Amino acid sequence: MNQWQNFSKGFFKENAVFVMLLGMCPTLAITNSAINGLGMGLATTFVLVMSNLSISLIKDLIPAKVRIPTFIVVIASFVTVVDLVMAGYAPALHEQLGIFIPLIVVNCVVLGRAEAFASKNTVVSSIIDGAGMGLGFAMALTLLGAVRELLGNLSLFGFKFIEADGILVFILAPGAFIALGFMIALVNRITKKV
Amino acid sequence: MAKKESTFTNMFLTLLIVTVVSSLAASGVYNLTKVPIAEVARMKQQKAIEQVMPPFDTYSMQTVMPASGKDSLLLFKGTTGEETVGVAVNTYSYEGYSGLIKLMVGFTPDGTIHNIVVLEQKETPGLGTKMTTKWKDQFIGKNLKDFNCTVTKDGGQVDAITAATVSSRAFCDAVNRAYETYQSTNTPQNQ
Repeated sequence: MNQWQNFSKGFFKENAVFVMLLGMCPTLAITNSAINGLGMGLATTFVLVMSNLSISLIKDLIPAKVRIPTFIVVIASFVTVVDLVMAGYAPALHEQLGIFIPLIVVNCVVLGRAEAFASKNTVVSSIIDGAGMGLGFAMALTLLGAVRELLGNLSLFGFKFIEADGILVFILAPGAFIALGFMIALVNRITKKV
Repeated sequence: MAKKESTFTNMFLTLLIVTVVSSLAASGVYNLTKVPIAEVARMKQQKAIEQVMPPFDTYSMQTVMPASGKDSLLLFKGTTGEETVGVAVNTYSYEGYSGLIKLMVGFTPDGTIHNIVVLEQKETPGLGTKMTTKWKDQFIGKNLKDFNCTVTKDGGQVDAITAATVSSRAFCDAVNRAYETYQSTNTPQNQ
């Protein structure tokens, strides 16, 4: 597998949200607007790249029995960094994403890549894998956020098209499931699996 | 993969080193971001005070314990020269649909509500969150002396947000608390 495939698999073939259905908690909870989806996606991308980088560097020094606690500590540190930096320099976004930034720690995508990829591959491959997976996750969250914001609030990235109320259910939790379901169906149709 | 063996010493040392390095990194970033985070909180409060009061030159801060509720409130008294132009009260309610709601309520000296800003809320998106929109304009210019600040369902004069009566009640609760506290500091015997 060359590095381009390594990068691009995160977008379609192994997309965390549409194909692997990992990290559903942030996916469903914060995507009520496109900007929230993008912010969460980019925060996760940063954590993924940094944790993949560190873990692939120290992979030979970690005894197998304590690898998971070690990964979690590494991931949690980077999440703390993101949380503090966001609170200081992007307060509006930090307020919106709220509790879900600390929860990146338990996002299965991050731990999954650390365990399945970074602990078995070189540093460069791991960084590329993290960037691809993270940006794929960000893309999925932004798309889902855009669809929900458009239907639920008749706006996109905070820009209001029509001064009226949208279909409220799309802003609420059930709308997340409905929108995500249709988007997964669409992705499956395009990739000719159905 | 040439992994280290999982002996007790190896595992102990690895975890120790990893946690120490991680904590050092986290505390370093905490120290770097401490100033901007405090600045953000201060700016937010400053902006809210300016929004809810008529224009003023300086303000002084006062901590007051409300008659009802368990936390103290912050009162900001805005003055121009010798004259008090208004008081902003940082009030709260725990009765929200998802807990805590924090408001900044501004009163003119005669007790009329000048403006209200929502500082913090975790209400249901699309329903209770409407309290941050023009819905709260119905409070502007009202004096709680002759305005029953409870929702119409409870016999008051406030039009609740559709499908968010609980959030509306909490909002009224916070406004009432602000008014009571403002009144208690404004009576002659306390001055």
